[in-house]
Amino acid sequence: MSNSNLTRRGVIKTGAVAGAGLTLPTYLNAAGHSGFTNAPTGSTVTLGFNVPQTGPYADEGADELRAFKLAVEHLNGGGDGGMLNTFSSKALEGNGILGKKVEYVTGDTQTKPDAARASARSMIEKDGAVMISGGSSSGVAVAVQALCQEAGIIFMAGLTHSNDTTGKDKKANGFRHFFNSYMTGAALAPVLGANFGNDRKAYHLTADYNWGYTTEEAVRTSTEAMGWETVAAVKTPLAQTDFSSYVAPVLNSGADVLVLNHYGGNMVNSLTSAVQFGLRAAQANGKNFEIVVPLYSRLMAKGAGKNVAGIFGSTGWHWSLTDEGSKAFVKSFGTKYGFPPSQAAHTCYVQTLLYADAVARGGSFNPCSVAEALEGFEFDGMGNGKTLYRAEDHQCIKDVLVVKGKENPENEFDLLEIVEVTPASQVTYDPSIFGGELGSCNPGA
Amino acid sequence: MFGLAKKDANLLLIVAGLVMLAPFILNPFPGESAMAQFNAGYPDLMQRFVIFGIFAIGFNLLFGLTGYLSFGHAAFLGVGSYAGVWMMKLLTINVIPAILISTLVAGIFSIAIGYISLRRSGIYFSILTLAFAQMSFALAASVLTPITGGETGLQTALSDPRILDSASSGGNIPSPAIFGMEMRDSAELVLGGWTFTFNVGYYLCAVVMILAFYTAIRIFRSPFGLMLRAIKSNQQRLNYTGLNTRPYMLACFVISGMYAGLAGGLMVSMDPLAGAERMQWTASGEVVLMTILGGAGTLIGPVLGAGMIKYFENIFSKINESVLHQWFAFMPDGLEDVIVAMLYPFIGKGWHLTLGIVFMLVVIFLPGGLVEGGQRIGAMFKRKAKADDKSSANVEPAE
Repeated sequence: MSNSNLTRRGVIKTGAVAGAGLTLPTYLNAAGHSGFTNAPTGSTVTLGFNVPQTGPYADEGADELRAFKLAVEHLNGGGDGGMLNTFSSKALEGNGILGKKVEYVTGDTQTKPDAARASARSMIEKDGAVMISGGSSSGVAVAVQALCQEAGIIFMAGLTHSNDTTGKDKKANGFRHFFNSYMTGAALAPVLGANFGNDRKAYHLTADYNWGYTTEEAVRTSTEAMGWETVAAVKTPLAQTDFSSYVAPVLNSGADVLVLNHYGGNMVNSLTSAVQFGLRAAQANGKNFEIVVPLYSRLMAKGAGKNVAGIFGSTGWHWSLTDEGSKAFVKSFGTKYGFPPSQAAHTCYVQTLLYADAVARGGSFNPCSVAEALEGFEFDGMGNGKTLYRAEDHQCIKDVLVVKGKENPENEFDLLEIVEVTPASQVTYDPSIFGGELGSCNPGA
Repeated sequence: MFGLAKKDANLLLIVAGLVMLAPFILNPFPGESAMAQFNAGYPDLMQRFVIFGIFAIGFNLLFGLTGYLSFGHAAFLGVGSYAGVWMMKLLTINVIPAILISTLVAGIFSIAIGYISLRRSGIYFSILTLAFAQMSFALAASVLTPITGGETGLQTALSDPRILDSASSGGNIPSPAIFGMEMRDSAELVLGGWTFTFNVGYYLCAVVMILAFYTAIRIFRSPFGLMLRAIKSNQQRLNYTGLNTRPYMLACFVISGMYAGLAGGLMVSMDPLAGAERMQWTASGEVVLMTILGGAGTLIGPVLGAGMIKYFENIFSKINESVLHQWFAFMPDGLEDVIVAMLYPFIGKGWHLTLGIVFMLVVIFLPGGLVEGGQRIGAMFKRKAKADDKSSANVEPAE
């Protein structure tokens, strides 16, 4: 080519560089460390809170972060202790975890699996986080859970509602406290039947990702079982903000119920759109047109304002619950931030305490010891009544709330009313129905 | 040396040295100090530096040499990623087939896109590539879900066939490795307060990047490269001399696409997950920014630009309010709050804003990118050589 001058010296030099390059990895492989990934050595332990700070679920992310900060404060003995006082296990003493002060790092998942994994990896590799928690999307939860499994870190899922997280994609190092689509279907269908009748025709708008699919599937299966018919199911892109083109054909489709399998900003926009098109006031097939939102949260209700009045849905937890645990949590959250927590905040707070408690009971930060302590763990006093962390799929089995948007809210937080608390026994299912393999726990290096 | 002119050989050696010593260079602050926040010497980010470096080098071969601005280069990165993950699912967890096949698949894909897009030039070419990339993104995110995993992304699973590997032991998904050495494995060197991490995956990427850089130099200096520059300076005149430029353009486009595919293959070798948003137009825009920020048409520029953008994305975005409060804790309370409130919009999730300002400053004051900045600083220190250098350095195009 341009100037090829092969000299003896050049060949020797090239050979030496190439040789060094080839032997380097061999040398690197020799070293390594014992025990488990990121074993805390000093007087502190670092937890990683990976939440969406931008994108459609940013509101949930901000509330999750508040809950994490509160949980860390309580674990370190600050504040009023919150749910530590009502929690049925008393292994935590308010002196951090195993005497180590709890510190945390935060990251932005951007509700994108790629970005979430990058952020989680930097927490593990740079900051030495021994546990990752948070997230507000099932796509992200599944991706980060797989990463934690590979790296040998415990993943305490935040807000993720898809069946896959503890179904098809379950992992031995991953745990979920939040409920799932299947449970929503099982809890919601009887209430819908009782209120709207058993001969309805449903039209689904579904967020085009993992969670949307399983929620649509669960709601379809359980409503069709009691006699409903599904007219159409349309997928909408996750990044969509204007749903008018999706809502417009609904009224002439012959359906009389619209099911919005949307969450966060998506749901706020699609519901507003549906109400603007006059669906709430419309009649179809001689019945009142109804809208159902399978997964509800107070933040979404706030975003959608008056539009939520009378709309049914399910939720994992609501601040108006009156058990001791919920009251203690609402009180300390309210004192610190001036408003009640959302369900996302609740699940993240509880997950952090459950992790800390499992470490304390197992006596070690080793992921295998933590997993063993959590599997089959029964507890109470965390706001959902008696709860079981099932060993087969690492899913919490607990009560599910069916809620309805309030017609006349008294203040800006009092937006949902609880229609029914569906007991855990009614939403329990066989862990094997979704397939997937848990694998074995991975303590990392 | 290596068939290069002395100046280029020196540049290659400098780049190789920097890349090989990166774990030291990127970790200037001891782990316990307050400045440790700015350390970038951890495997994930170092891998990203070199992988996006490769991506930008490839993009620069097209944009820097021929002036054709492809606004859909992320599509090739995405296609390479998917191909890589599928190799790890079907064939073997060894990364070598994954990297080779992803380069190849991206090459084939770019022949198809290039064949159509290169019928137009200028803005029309950009729009065509952008359209193809957005189309690939939309397909990957929804219709092609069985192949791409949709929004959740494609990952390896315990039940994958992996026909070349022996049955996996234990209940865990094997992690990507090269002949038994896992990409995640690291050796750590503790020197006083410093911890330096030498990661297998990083050094694999680094070796590949040096090879890619070397190839790029050879292309820049070859008669083929000269032809591409001729296309940039005046394609019409070239056509009128009776020369068919299309084969040259297509070859360049395909090489550039293969670089992107290589980057995608390496990316999934480091972290076996391929998501559709990797192909979105923002990702394509990012590599354009990297190249312009560093200096389009220069050899080292795109690598610098890639490093700078990834540094901002990963380091600046992680500085949160409480970190700021720690830094300024020595100030009186009122003043501390004011300073934190002033800085807050520029850090954390506001890192885009900071990057935007830096980008504007570079484009306005250093149109040649960071490389021009370096040259100006260099020129300040050797005034003498400047006079006779000037005439040859600024060769104007023939127009």
